[in-house]
Amino acid sequence: MPTKQEVFEKIREALVDALGVDEEEVTPEATLVGDLGAESIDFLDIVFRFEKAFGIEIPRAELFPEDILTNAEYVEDGRVTANGVAELKKRMPFADLSNFEANPLVQEFGNLLTVNDMSRYVCSKLGVTE
Amino acid sequence: MRWFWIDRFTEFVSGVRASSVKCVSLAEEHVDEYFPGYPQMTPSFVLEGFAQTGGLLLGQVNDFQERVVLAKISSAKFHCLARPGDHLSYSVTLETIQPDGGLIKATSHLGEKLHGEAELTFAYAPDSVVQTEMFEPAEFLRMLRIYGLFDVGVDQDGKPLKIPQRFLDAEARVMT
Repeated sequence: MPTKQEVFEKIREALVDALGVDEEEVTPEATLVGDLGAESIDFLDIVFRFEKAFGIEIPRAELFPEDILTNAEYVEDGRVTANGVAELKKRMPFADLSNFEANPLVQEFGNLLTVNDMSRYVCSKLGVTE
Repeated sequence: MRWFWIDRFTEFVSGVRASSVKCVSLAEEHVDEYFPGYPQMTPSFVLEGFAQTGGLLLGQVNDFQERVVLAKISSAKFHCLARPGDHLSYSVTLETIQPDGGLIKATSHLGEKLHGEAELTFAYAPDSVVQTEMFEPAEFLRMLRIYGLFDVGVDQDGKPLKIPQRFLDAEARVMT
């Protein structure tokens, strides 16, 4: 079982390869879109690299819940509704949604996820606690 | 429209690796005309060769049932020019296969010399995006035969690959 630090290091390596960024840029607080420049097609690449690096299966919707963000039931006037936010929290317990919840614009969602969120997600899939 | 970016496969091990060759000829318009006066095989078309070699390697894993599309070039580096008369050797390894697609690593060599290297991401186009087959089956089989895929293709036990029956059926329908 890897440690949290080992998980982070593998995630950093995957993001360096997928996004062509420098290792120093991949800090725990860095956002995938805003800081590391990830575009939508990069998320497929990132998922593949995580799956390979950790030997896990990652349903895309678990990490990138596009289905919720495009569902009229959960979105009104470009904002995620309270029900939608509740659904996101259920789907993504590893992500800190507090800032997003204050101003839940759909277009801002992509800029929410950080490297740390990725680490927490993978750790939760692997059962890593230390 | 012609879209052949390799001349033929020289090795094809199902789900593992494939090698192909591309002979650069001055008779090809893209070689002659891209940089007038400085004929060469531009790297973008080498990437197309990587994509065809790797895309078919990935597609064959599921008997070409998935619609494999090139989604992203994660990285690409080219170290020298390929000129008319050169013989490019492409080598591709399948790095990972996932439910949504896969990743490959590819290199091109001029003799012993490393010419280029790249990593490519492929996605399977879902039914929600594309409702039909991307290639007409008989035409697709014709391309695979031209590339010699079934001449050199083996499974991981070294047994020759079989042509999917639906392709043979489609070919037979065209012939009659």
